[in-house]
Amino acid sequence: MAALFSKENRQAFTEPLSLNNPVLVQVLGICSALAVTAKLEPAIVMGLSVTVITAFSNVIVSLIRKTIPNRIRIIIQLVVVAALVTIVSMILKAFAYDVSVQLSVYIGLIITNCILMGRLEAFAMTNGPWQSFLDGIGSGLGYAWILVVVGAVRELLGNGTLLGFNIIPEACYNAGYVNNGMMTMPAMSMIILGCIIWVHRAYTTKNTK
Amino acid sequence: MIQKTLDKLRPHFEEGGKLSAFRSVFDGFETFLVVPSTTSKSGVSIHDSIDSKRIMSFVVIALLPALFFGMYNIGYQNYQAAGVEASCVDLFLYGLLVMLPKIVVSYVVGLGIEFVVAQWKKEEIQEGYLVTGILIPMIVPVDTPLWMLAVAVAFSVIFAKEIYGGTGMNIFNPALVARAFLFFAYPTSMSGDKVWLAKDTWFSLGNIIPDSHTLATPLGEAAAHIAPQGDFWTYCVGLMPGSVGETSVIAIAIGAVILLWTGIASWKTMCSVFVGGAATAYLFNISGLADNAVAAIPWYNHLVLGGFCFGAVFMATDPVTSARTEGGKYIYGLLIGVLAITIRVLNPGYPEGMMLAILFMNMFAPLIDYCFVQRNINKRLQRTKTK
Repeated sequence: MAALFSKENRQAFTEPLSLNNPVLVQVLGICSALAVTAKLEPAIVMGLSVTVITAFSNVIVSLIRKTIPNRIRIIIQLVVVAALVTIVSMILKAFAYDVSVQLSVYIGLIITNCILMGRLEAFAMTNGPWQSFLDGIGSGLGYAWILVVVGAVRELLGNGTLLGFNIIPEACYNAGYVNNGMMTMPAMSMIILGCIIWVHRAYTTKNTK
Repeated sequence: MIQKTLDKLRPHFEEGGKLSAFRSVFDGFETFLVVPSTTSKSGVSIHDSIDSKRIMSFVVIALLPALFFGMYNIGYQNYQAAGVEASCVDLFLYGLLVMLPKIVVSYVVGLGIEFVVAQWKKEEIQEGYLVTGILIPMIVPVDTPLWMLAVAVAFSVIFAKEIYGGTGMNIFNPALVARAFLFFAYPTSMSGDKVWLAKDTWFSLGNIIPDSHTLATPLGEAAAHIAPQGDFWTYCVGLMPGSVGETSVIAIAIGAVILLWTGIASWKTMCSVFVGGAATAYLFNISGLADNAVAAIPWYNHLVLGGFCFGAVFMATDPVTSARTEGGKYIYGLLIGVLAITIRVLNPGYPEGMMLAILFMNMFAPLIDYCFVQRNINKRLQRTKTK
């Protein structure tokens, strides 16, 4: 059991959360991060879907990594990812139809998410299944928490709600407060993402100095 | 005398003095009040003895006629809506009282952020905000709430200016970014026909106007398929609803003369904006788009309506964000005029296209400059080859 949570394994899990975050540091997966974060709920669902798919595609590819011919490895990885994406998409349609309508093509587009391909190529092809699983979960959650933060800020300032519940009291509206319409536009999520990267860089570079 | 007081105060602000935390603030005020003793010590470029704060002061002076007229117009619209007679002084004072809080908010928020950033980065205070701070209240509707103004000012100073490295480094005109932010974030408070009127009383001046009273700008009317009624001269004088500083062409013309006479603004940019706008508007006039009331506005009226003049004189000529090559200025201005009128006529969602046109061309100014510089390089290369 101790070997399961050795230092290396823990690192595989924690590093993508902050120090080597796929969105903040590697700046991958920006497109979907901008598209689905207008509200908090789709952002959470999207983050979880990517986490699950990254984790399990990492495990599967890691299991068969020694039998994959090097020259066609990308296609094989894509087949694995596509199968998982289809499963997730069907589950969402069955149990959370409204959200899956909001996410529309972006669930399908997880197949082309750079974070996934990056982890498969860089990690799962050279590491064992358990470690790959931890890495997948870590990368997915690293992506998910950014989405959740951006989604929360945009929904709170753009609609005055969180997960559909009113947060900003009625009294504020009566006093003249107006929701910021720009927050619901994709341009603003770019700016929020930029701010998060700004804070993150300022914090991490200070630590490493 | 000012110099003496400043000299007496300076030791407090030097390194180690008890007020050293406010060093940059002191610097800023000192150079604002007197010409610093440190202009152009080195370098081969020829400086005259004015630094950029003097330039900014000239721009602010050039803006004053439009600002004063805007204040008078605020009072005029209010009293007219209430149907009350009042003297000129009352009208002006009322407008002054309505405008003052906006100007104060704009300067306090904007300069506050600039001071904090300058102190934090240990840099000199940049003077660019002097102009931006007065521009922003002038290009918003009079009924804009103060907190919205504050948010927009903060947004534009941080994201349009400080992020790019402060004054002189920005790609986009900060005042226009503030307006664009307001326009997209709070569309109901920035356009429509309810925002062009000050509705409260200030120190027993002015009249309370019910919220239901509407007042449409000529361009707003045209976008709603009503042909505007006024003629060229009413639009020139500018006693009509609109953003505070933009309505009077005559006041703006005085500002334009000051800017051109002092050589701060480029006549090439200014003229080509008008040429581009006039040509495009004329094309729409003769194109006969029957059901489009904006296209039917005669071209000479297009030039004096809305923010066209204000944008052409004070925004397009901003030396930082416009094209810098001499040939590039023609192209830059021309395209601003063309785009502004095109947006006005073809996009019913935006009754005024000047803001978006200038911001858009701000983005392309470096490309225009690059092309012209390359062309010059190629020309000269060829000249040396043939010899």
